[in-house]
Amino acid sequence: MEYRAFLIKYAEIALKGKNRYLFENALVEQIRRSLQSVEGEFRVRKEQGRIYVECSSGSYDYEECVQALQRVFGIVGICPVMIFEDQGFERLTEDVLRYMESFYPDCSQTFKVNARRARKAYPLVSMEINARLGEAVLDAFPKMRVDVHHPELLLNVEVREKIYVYSQEIQGLGGMPAGCNGKAMLLLSGGIDSPVAGYMISRRGVSIDAVYFHAPPYTSDRAKQKVVDLATQISKYCGPVRLYVVNFTDIQLYIYDQCPHDELTIHMRRYMMRIAENFAVENKCQGLVTGESIGQVASQTMQSLTATNEVCTLPVYRPLIAFDKQDIVEIALKIDTYETSVLPFEDCCTIFVAKHPVTKPSLKSIQKSEQKLKEKIQDLVAEAIETAEVIEIGGK
Amino acid sequence: MEVYLDHAATTWCYKSVRDMVVKTMMEDYGNPSSMHRKGVAAEAYVKNAREIIAQCLKVREKEIFFTSGGTESNNLALIGAALANQRKGRKILTTGMEHAAVREPVKRLEELGFEIIELPVNEQGVLSVEALADALSSDTILVSVMYVNNEVGSVQPIEKIAALVHEKSPEALFHVDAIQALGKYRIYPGRTGIDLLCASGHKIHGPKGVGFLYIREQAKVQPQILGGGQQGGMRSGTDNVPGIAGLGAAVKEVYRDFEKKVEQMYQTKELLVNGLEALDGVVVHGMPVRQGAPHIVNASFLGIRSEVLLHALEDKGIYVSAGSACSTHKRSKGTSRSSTLSAMGIKPEQQESSVRFSLCEETTEEEICYCLQTLEELTTMLKKYARR
Repeated sequence: MEYRAFLIKYAEIALKGKNRYLFENALVEQIRRSLQSVEGEFRVRKEQGRIYVECSSGSYDYEECVQALQRVFGIVGICPVMIFEDQGFERLTEDVLRYMESFYPDCSQTFKVNARRARKAYPLVSMEINARLGEAVLDAFPKMRVDVHHPELLLNVEVREKIYVYSQEIQGLGGMPAGCNGKAMLLLSGGIDSPVAGYMISRRGVSIDAVYFHAPPYTSDRAKQKVVDLATQISKYCGPVRLYVVNFTDIQLYIYDQCPHDELTIHMRRYMMRIAENFAVENKCQGLVTGESIGQVASQTMQSLTATNEVCTLPVYRPLIAFDKQDIVEIALKIDTYETSVLPFEDCCTIFVAKHPVTKPSLKSIQKSEQKLKEKIQDLVAEAIETAEVIEIGGK
Repeated sequence: MEVYLDHAATTWCYKSVRDMVVKTMMEDYGNPSSMHRKGVAAEAYVKNAREIIAQCLKVREKEIFFTSGGTESNNLALIGAALANQRKGRKILTTGMEHAAVREPVKRLEELGFEIIELPVNEQGVLSVEALADALSSDTILVSVMYVNNEVGSVQPIEKIAALVHEKSPEALFHVDAIQALGKYRIYPGRTGIDLLCASGHKIHGPKGVGFLYIREQAKVQPQILGGGQQGGMRSGTDNVPGIAGLGAAVKEVYRDFEKKVEQMYQTKELLVNGLEALDGVVVHGMPVRQGAPHIVNASFLGIRSEVLLHALEDKGIYVSAGSACSTHKRSKGTSRSSTLSAMGIKPEQQESSVRFSLCEETTEEEICYCLQTLEELTTMLKKYARR
C-alpha cells in the first residue's frame, strides 16, 4: 500500500468569512505551482472545505512531493491519505486492517479511531464506526491498546463520497497563501537578513518583488549572481519574483563627493528607499520590505531608521526588527539561503564605508547635507531607474 | 572591443583540438580498455597523444601518465613520491611561491610527519640557489620547484637547481610544476635532471580537465587513485580519450613555429610593460621583461584595489586576473593577499592592488594599446574614489 493522495489542512484562512474562497483559491494555486517541479502529475481539488492533492500519474516521488507542500504558505498540516471506494463496511474493515499492517508493521501503539460521517446516508453513525473498527483492530493486533485521551496513533476515517483514511500529519509552514494579501517590494542586498525578511513577509500572504543595488566596478557580477540565486531560493516559497537590478555607482560616488563621509550610508539608504519606492509604485506594491533589525549596524539604529524612513510614503515593513542575529541565521538556515548569503563578495553597502559612521544622525543635519546633492541627484536617480535591469525569477 | 588578457588562467582551444575532441566523442568513442575493435580504435588516440608528448619532451612513452589536470598531477607527484620514498628520508624542500596545487599536498605531507622546508625567493620571485644548497642534505627525498611562477611569471634556474639537487642529495627526486612553462619553453626533463614534471592541457590551448605527469622511469611513485589498473596501475580510471587526444593535438600545435610565437609574445609583453611603467603610480613586479616568462605581467596600481580595477576593466571588455584566478575560492574577507607576492616581500598595499595580465601568441599590439589607454583613463578616475 502506498499513499497516493494528501489531505491539506489549513487554519487561519478558514476564518476569513466571505473572502474564504479567495484564500482557498490562492492556496490551490500555490500548491499547483509548488508541485510543478515535482516528478509526477498531480490533481489539486477543493471539496467541502477540504483541499486534496492526488497523484494522477503512474508514479511520483513521495519525498519530493511532501517537501514541495512543506514550502507552501497557508498549509498547516499535510496528511498522507488512503482513499477507498465505499464497498460496504466489511470491505472497509479489511482495508483499514491492511492499512494498519502496511504503515505500522509492529502494531504495538495505543490508538483511537476517529470517524467522521460527512455523508449522512451512510448506514452506520460515527460512534458505531469507531467501536466496530476499534474492535477489529484490537482483534487483529493483540499488542495494540485503546487510549481515547492520548493515543499514539489517531486513526481518522472520514466517510464522504469515498472513504478517507489517514493517521499521520506532517507539519506545514502555516501562514497564508502567497498573493492573497497583496504585494510588497523587498530591498534585497545579498546579506543574511533581507532574504529572510522577504520570506517572513511572504509567509503572511504577501507576494514579493525585489530591488538590488549594485555598484560596478566596486561589486562584481558574482555578487549580482548571488542575489539572483537568493531571489530564486526565496521564490520557492514566495512565488515568482521580479528583480530590479539598479546600477548605484554614480549615485554612490556623487554622495561620496558631496556629503560628509560618516553620513554616507544614511544618504545611500535614503536614495535606495526612494528608488525602491519608485519601482514599488510602478508594480502596485503596497509597501516596502527591508531586513533591518534595531541596532544591528550603524545604519539600523532607531535614529538611522528614522532618517531612512522619512523619505518613504509607502509603509516600510521590517519583519526582523526585533530579531537577534542568531534567530535570523536560524531561519536563513531553514530556508536554505544562508550558504549563499555568506559567500564573500562585496556588496555596495560595504564599500566606501566610513571607519566610524554616524550612529545617531539627526534628521536635520542629514536633510541639510542632502541639500548638497541638489545639483545632479535627480538626474542620477532618474538614470538609475531608467537603466535598471529586470530579471523575472521563478517563472511568471 | 573585447581583450582577453587572462590566458594564464585558461585560454581558447585550437581548432585541431576541438576536432579531435569531437571526433573521439562522436565517432571513436570506445573505451580503450575494451577488447573489441572500438576499444582498439580509441586506444590508438591515447597512444598517439602519448607519443606526441614523449617526443616533445624527448622522454619515453611509458614515462607519461595522463591525469585530470595540473592539480592532480601535482598531487600524485608529491604525495605519491613522498609515500613511496619515505624510508630513504622525510625531508622535502619547496619554495614560498608555489601554486596551491603544490602547497596544499605539501601541507598534507607535513601533517603526515614529513619535514617541510620552504625556501625563500628574492624580490623578483626567483629561488635563491644558495639557500637551496644549504638546505639540501642526504635525507632529502623530494625537491619541488615551479618552472614559471603563475602570478608574476618569474622563471627559475631549473637546470642549475637540478644539478645541485642530484649532487647534494642523490636520493632526492626533483619535481617541477611546469604548468605555466609548457608551450613557452622547450622542456627536456630527461636531459635536465627533472624526475617528475607536471603539465595541464588548458593552458596550452587544449581541453580543460586533462593534464599529464612525467615520471622518470627509475623514480618511485605510489599510485593515489586505485581501480581498474589503467596506465600501468599508476592512475586508474577509464582514459579520458577526448581530453587526452585533445591534449596531444595541443602539444603538437603549440610547438609549431615555436620561436616565432615566443618572440611575438615578448614583443607584446614589452609593449605592455613599457606602457605600464609610464603610468603614474604603477609598479611592475617580477623579472626584467626578457628574463621572465613571455606571457605573464604583474603590476600594482597604488591606491586601487585589484578587484575594483578588474571589474572596471571588465566593463570595458578587458579581462585580467587579480593575483591568481585559481585562488579566488580561497579568499575570505580581508585576506586577498597572494602567496607569491608575500614571498617576494611585496608590501600588503601593493599586493592588494596587484593585477595579472597574461598574453597568448595571438595577443595583438592593438589590444595592448587599447588596454593601456583604458588603464590610463580608469586609474585616474578610480584613484579619486580610493577608500578614505
